[in-house]
Amino acid sequence: MLRYTVRRLLQLVIVVGVLSLLLFAWLRSLPGGPVSALLGERATAATRARLTEELGLDQPIYVQYWKFLTRAASGDFGVSTGVQPGDSAMEIFLQRFPATLELSFLAIVIAIAVGIPLGYLAARRRGGLLDNMSIVGSLIGVAVPVFFFAFVLKQVFAVDLGWFPTAGRQTGGIDATRVTGFFILDGIITQEWDAAWDAIVHLILPAIALSSIPFSVIFRITRASVLDVLDEDFVRTAESKGLTTPVIRRRHVLRNAMLPVVTTIGLQTGALLAGAVLTEKVFAFPGIGQALAIGFERRDYPVLLLLIICAAGVFVLVNLLVDVSYALIDPRIRTMGGAR
Amino acid sequence: MTFATEGAPKLFDPFFATDGATFRTSQQIFEGLIEFKPGTADAEGGLAEKWSSSDDGLTWTFNLRKGVKFHDGTEFNAEAVCFNFDRWYNSKGAAQSPAVTGYWQDNFGGFSDGASPSLYASCTATDASTAEVKITRYTSKFPDILGLPSFAMQSPTALKQYDADNVQAAGDSFTYPAYANEHPTGTGPFKFSKYDEANGTVELVRNEDYWGDKAKLDKLILRAVPDETARKQALQSGDVQGYDLPSPADWQGLKDDGYQLLVRPAFNVFYVGINQKNNPALRDLKVRQAIAYAIDREGLVKQQLPEGAKVAENFYPDTVFGWTDDVEKYNYDPDKAKSLLAEAGQSALTVNFYWPTEVTRPYMPNPQDMFGFIRGNLEAVGVTLNVVSKPWNGGYLEDVDSGLADLFLLGWNGDYNTPDNFIGNFFSATDNRFGTGAATWGQTLSDEIKAADSEPDDAKRKGMYEDLNKKLKAEYLPAIPISHSPPAIVVAENVQGLVPSPLTDERFDTVSLG
Amino acid sequence: MSTRTEKIDALAKKAGHIGDDPGVSLTAAAWRRLRRNPVFLTGGVIVMAFVVLAILSPFIAPHDPAVPMLGDQVIKARNQIPPSQPGHPLGGDQVGRDLLSRLLVGSQQTLLVGVLATLIGLTGGLVLGTLAGALGGWVDTVVMRAVDIMLSIPGLLLAVSIGALFARPNIYTLIVAVATVQIPVFARLLRGTMLAQRHSDHVLAARALGVKPRAIVFRHMLPNSLGPVIVQSTLVLAISIIEAAGLSFLGLGNPDDRTPEWGQMLGTAQNVIDSHPQLAFWPAGCIIVVALGFTLMGESLREALDPKSRR
Repeated sequence: MLRYTVRRLLQLVIVVGVLSLLLFAWLRSLPGGPVSALLGERATAATRARLTEELGLDQPIYVQYWKFLTRAASGDFGVSTGVQPGDSAMEIFLQRFPATLELSFLAIVIAIAVGIPLGYLAARRRGGLLDNMSIVGSLIGVAVPVFFFAFVLKQVFAVDLGWFPTAGRQTGGIDATRVTGFFILDGIITQEWDAAWDAIVHLILPAIALSSIPFSVIFRITRASVLDVLDEDFVRTAESKGLTTPVIRRRHVLRNAMLPVVTTIGLQTGALLAGAVLTEKVFAFPGIGQALAIGFERRDYPVLLLLIICAAGVFVLVNLLVDVSYALIDPRIRTMGGAR
Repeated sequence: MTFATEGAPKLFDPFFATDGATFRTSQQIFEGLIEFKPGTADAEGGLAEKWSSSDDGLTWTFNLRKGVKFHDGTEFNAEAVCFNFDRWYNSKGAAQSPAVTGYWQDNFGGFSDGASPSLYASCTATDASTAEVKITRYTSKFPDILGLPSFAMQSPTALKQYDADNVQAAGDSFTYPAYANEHPTGTGPFKFSKYDEANGTVELVRNEDYWGDKAKLDKLILRAVPDETARKQALQSGDVQGYDLPSPADWQGLKDDGYQLLVRPAFNVFYVGINQKNNPALRDLKVRQAIAYAIDREGLVKQQLPEGAKVAENFYPDTVFGWTDDVEKYNYDPDKAKSLLAEAGQSALTVNFYWPTEVTRPYMPNPQDMFGFIRGNLEAVGVTLNVVSKPWNGGYLEDVDSGLADLFLLGWNGDYNTPDNFIGNFFSATDNRFGTGAATWGQTLSDEIKAADSEPDDAKRKGMYEDLNKKLKAEYLPAIPISHSPPAIVVAENVQGLVPSPLTDERFDTVSLG
Repeated sequence: MSTRTEKIDALAKKAGHIGDDPGVSLTAAAWRRLRRNPVFLTGGVIVMAFVVLAILSPFIAPHDPAVPMLGDQVIKARNQIPPSQPGHPLGGDQVGRDLLSRLLVGSQQTLLVGVLATLIGLTGGLVLGTLAGALGGWVDTVVMRAVDIMLSIPGLLLAVSIGALFARPNIYTLIVAVATVQIPVFARLLRGTMLAQRHSDHVLAARALGVKPRAIVFRHMLPNSLGPVIVQSTLVLAISIIEAAGLSFLGLGNPDDRTPEWGQMLGTAQNVIDSHPQLAFWPAGCIIVVALGFTLMGESLREALDPKSRR
């Protein structure tokens, strides 16, 4: 078990290292970037050349990469040129990561709260109206582009009906003390209930939009896995022993069906980061996804580099956690994991 | 009141800024010796009540407003003025980068180290309320340039206390000192209160000790909403009470919904640039004229640009000194274009045509559609186009500046009301993005622009600029001016007293919520 | 490895089962189950209609989708976009091109994006997966580590990163961006199917008969991997089309809008979605229906291939 975990952690380090090298080399070989971002259309060929030299962008890639590595070793990943110019990339990550975490958390909670009961009910009444309708719903959930879904939600519930705010994390100028960077948590800690509620209200629509894909997946896995378990011998045995349905349901079916569902939830949480790029752009939500979207648009290479590496790192880490916890729950996995 | 901006300010020290979001904020906090009259680009007294110059235009005496205090309670006086000038002039190290002090270098040139010539010579405090500024040569830009937000007056005490000059190069960018991040201290109607970075909001509060009419709002919140559609919807849902630069496509809808759409006078120019360096065919005036005749500027303005947009006949709008209607107009005439191309032996002309993606500018609200229109025009007269589109920050500007683009779309937002701010920026260097250095007349054009800028006599200078505008169209044609497009600002129905400015630098002190 | 890879591996194992099933070929077995499956039939009809439309669209489109023939009716200042009118049932787009024609012809590029992205992903995965699965040893280790690294980035994020890194974006860079994400998926899938078959009876038999390893790979192992690959391909087709739309929305799509593509039409319609919803809803509807078609087909194929299938 320990060897397995260590090995996976080592893999994480390799992933991050290789990624940083590849991204760095590719980003640097491209035109534009920091110089254009800093100077805009005011630039002349002369000022452009001067700034390129000042920033050391005319040096060979490996020299630049070495410089980057030595700085990165001390936690300095460069300064933003487009997302929040003048702020360090690390600062931007630390500031925005809680936002995306809050959003992803709520999205996955929604997906679970709707997906699992629905999946369970659908499986119990296989072939029924509810079953068929939820299957169609889950298929559509995957087929609708996330950003389009987000747009429709925003237009209907925020603009037309006015039930929710359209953009951002919190109403501008609200009296809120920042402690952890998690706005809801901050509101609770400081007992600024208004601020906490305001932050929750801002989260709801983006979280629903973001939850569309994990909902579909969780629903389908739950349904399939409940069906599998219902088919297993022990359930049949339990039924034949005369155990009533609610007892079977509680004791055996749900617990046994949950293993693959838990796995899926973990996986989907990691994948939310990608969906967040689209959702956060639509809702102007100041998280990692928005920083990535703006970073791409304005070619903010230091920020892109750090955020992509961090996103990949988080994704791998979540997967690792899921696998390890899975292995802890189900001993059979350990040997499988070790064999790979 | 909450106002949505495109981005969060980079910093709060306008001297180190080049971005609109920073100036939007700094305009509320700071004031300059000279200000632009609300709603115009014309200079008027700011912290200097009046000023006069010596006959040679090299010594300028500013009579300062009395009883003005900085937000930290210190006195604004002639010493503070000279402290600011000397601070700018003595910038060192990373602060000399064009990315940091771009506005100083564009307008004043070099620094005290003498590496390149500077317009600034010295500043003396004759008495508490009189400052005498000497410059090294006469230029039509002075003293108007002092009205630029970058050259606003900042508190010497605060500057010193918070290490304001400590700019550092860090990797691909720069880091700024505490002053620029947290302690901007000016004399303006609003004071800096706080910057909530995680939520992207800047909070300003009324300066209760303001020397003039105090701000009507007790609090002004500037909120970064980077996505344009999100800005519009934030207004529609009442989350914000206004936002900057609504897309022209939204104008009518916003007006229909009862919002106040304030259209600013157009103070910009959009042009089709021509680079003569790499494509010899473009060095032939007839070919450039043919391109000018081929473009249906009227149609473009009518279909693609907002109400109030005008066809451009000069390289700057008609509110600027020396504008003249008496120029070669090149009204849309595809047949003439074809025959000119035939005359030049270029009926099979092929050019590289660059257009930018991932950008909108006030002069170019929808590059893709505007490009599509012009492309159709040019193809209709038989020009073959190698179309190249690149992201604005991802190589477009670089390629255009290095001469790879034979034809390209670009423009300019005016900073202040002098011709040199437009044509001087475009053509006064010969290694510009039009490759005029390759033309026989490139040096002449450059000399003529510099001569006009250095002419102290108003009437003479006016004649020189009119002459230049005529020649630029008829003889040189280094680019084809297409349009002047008015940017707008939109606010909720109950917002009163906002005066739209052609320089897009509105002050919010006169604004109130009704 | 991670759970994402497990899903791929689960699909891969099915190839082993089928290979061992004597007398019943993949197509026959699957087809029998599918013929009566309404889900598969619905998906199939949608996909067929889409492909036929893509082929025929240049002939049935009433107008040239690249020409702004209604350009005179476009007035940006008044947010005026040509409305529905005789000859143009859906009106025009932002620059006055016939919307119906653009939707019809748009099916072509959309199909191209889906098919090319899948083919590139498949080919890349085929090369890597065959190398790893057939050669084993250190080649396997190196290739699979690289694949795992690629799988460690969320799909859309990887596509967006790649898309943003091209100096001159166009339809092909968009396709490459979307396709690259699928290479490791296919590679792992193919390697898995081969491993599953390595010890199966028919491969062992072939080996005992002295059939050359290369022949075993190409005549026996690859054809038997076909089932899972087809399943994955139909799903990838849907994903590619949706992801391409996402990239267009982020401004990383094809900047040349003369040849229409649904994702790009949807991406550029975002600014007028409230005043001219038809510009967004039509292409969005088309994308949803087609993606649904491919997904229905893929999911029912997956079920048909699954020996444990309960339908």
